[in-house]
Amino acid sequence: MSEVLKIDSLVKRYDDLSVLEKIDLTVKKGEVIVIVGPSGCGKSTLLRCINGLESIQDGKVVVDDEVVNPVQKKASKSREKIGMVFQSYDLFPHKNLLQNITLAPIKVQKRKKEEVKEEAIELLKRVGLENRTDSYPRQLSGGQKQRAAIVRALIMHPEILLLDEITAALDPEMVREVLDVVLNLAKEGHTMVIVTHEMAFAKAVADRVIFMDGGKIVEEGSPEEFFENPRTERLKRFLETFTY
Amino acid sequence: MTNLGFDVLFKGSNFIRLLLGVWVAVRISLISIVLSIILGMILGILMSLKNPVINAVSKVYLEIVRIMPQMVLLFVVYFGATKALGLNLSAETSAVIVFTFWGTAEMADLVRSSLISIPSIQYESSFSLGLSKVQTYIYVIVPQTMRRLIPLSINLITRMIKTTSLVMMIGIVEVLKVGQQIIEANRKASPNAAFGVYATVFILYFMVCWPISSLSKYLEKRWEN
Repeated sequence: MSEVLKIDSLVKRYDDLSVLEKIDLTVKKGEVIVIVGPSGCGKSTLLRCINGLESIQDGKVVVDDEVVNPVQKKASKSREKIGMVFQSYDLFPHKNLLQNITLAPIKVQKRKKEEVKEEAIELLKRVGLENRTDSYPRQLSGGQKQRAAIVRALIMHPEILLLDEITAALDPEMVREVLDVVLNLAKEGHTMVIVTHEMAFAKAVADRVIFMDGGKIVEEGSPEEFFENPRTERLKRFLETFTY
Repeated sequence: MTNLGFDVLFKGSNFIRLLLGVWVAVRISLISIVLSIILGMILGILMSLKNPVINAVSKVYLEIVRIMPQMVLLFVVYFGATKALGLNLSAETSAVIVFTFWGTAEMADLVRSSLISIPSIQYESSFSLGLSKVQTYIYVIVPQTMRRLIPLSINLITRMIKTTSLVMMIGIVEVLKVGQQIIEANRKASPNAAFGVYATVFILYFMVCWPISSLSKYLEKRWEN
């Protein structure tokens, strides 16, 4: 299997504060990586470094044989290959659902409007939003917005999809509908890097789970060994916080 | 029926004179508004860049405009500048300078606050979809900024139109001054003219400002999303 993402001794600092220290990570095509860890451990920052939203101080990030960070001149070109969904959905409030989803394929990839629209409706059908195409973001629930945001990223046909705590801002009953969508994407063979606090979901979706703490990867393994037999004391303590 | 003094309006060309007075007020405000919008946009964008020098200068400028009554500014420019600097400014030019000075400051502040009120994640989610910086501004940031800016700036525009009534203090014969002249001229013949004339002036201001503020309400409703 070919490598989609290769992170090579990445270092991220804010002035003197070290956020990420020498991160190495390789993701193969079709692999689903879940990153867990306490807040402030750098997991979201790592995702933001992967698509070049954050500058890095050392090392490099390569996606599909192209260096994406340090950010290159034609950064927007390489960002097409990396889809990202944020915690706060961040649809464009002045555009309806269909316009939100079709903007980038039409303007960035210069695809035909009709073809893009057809695909958008097809994708919306899969997440159960086909009859909300004319709705504006504020008319949708959090779960609906987040499903639409996933579609907005998917329609660009990214090589890799980054999901940054996409259920953290949702009401509990809406978490399920969003996670089901992600689970289906995993089954279809999409390459994903997922940051989440939903441990049961991590277990179900991941090919590999990574535990980060203090800006470092502390432990990684298959979901079975990760959750059943944590090797480090730090991970054991972290997992215990999820059981009452 | 008691005489409310509306009859003087039909004497001679009184009503036409009032309308011409409205035109003077509208002309001064129109020129000032157009200049304020252009200059305010430029200054507002500069202010949103957070350059310390620009910020310090614009802070002083904004404070001056906020503290000084418009009338004082009018006197400073019209009487002060003419004498002290030897500039021969007409009253109308002075009025345009003062209104533009004021409008630019307020407009710039509105532009700045509308721009910085767009959350940075809107830029980021646009970048992460592959949109370039220019595309992000065209399709994502500017449309959202305009939706916040237009209702606010329409409010400023109506305030500027209303405030033109001050320019009669530097000798410009605008609608309110014309009204006073008509009242004075008919003091003997129709002592009640004050009511009729000022009520008409009120209605004329209303007819100029009301469509503008309804436009703002309409846009706000349309852009609720």
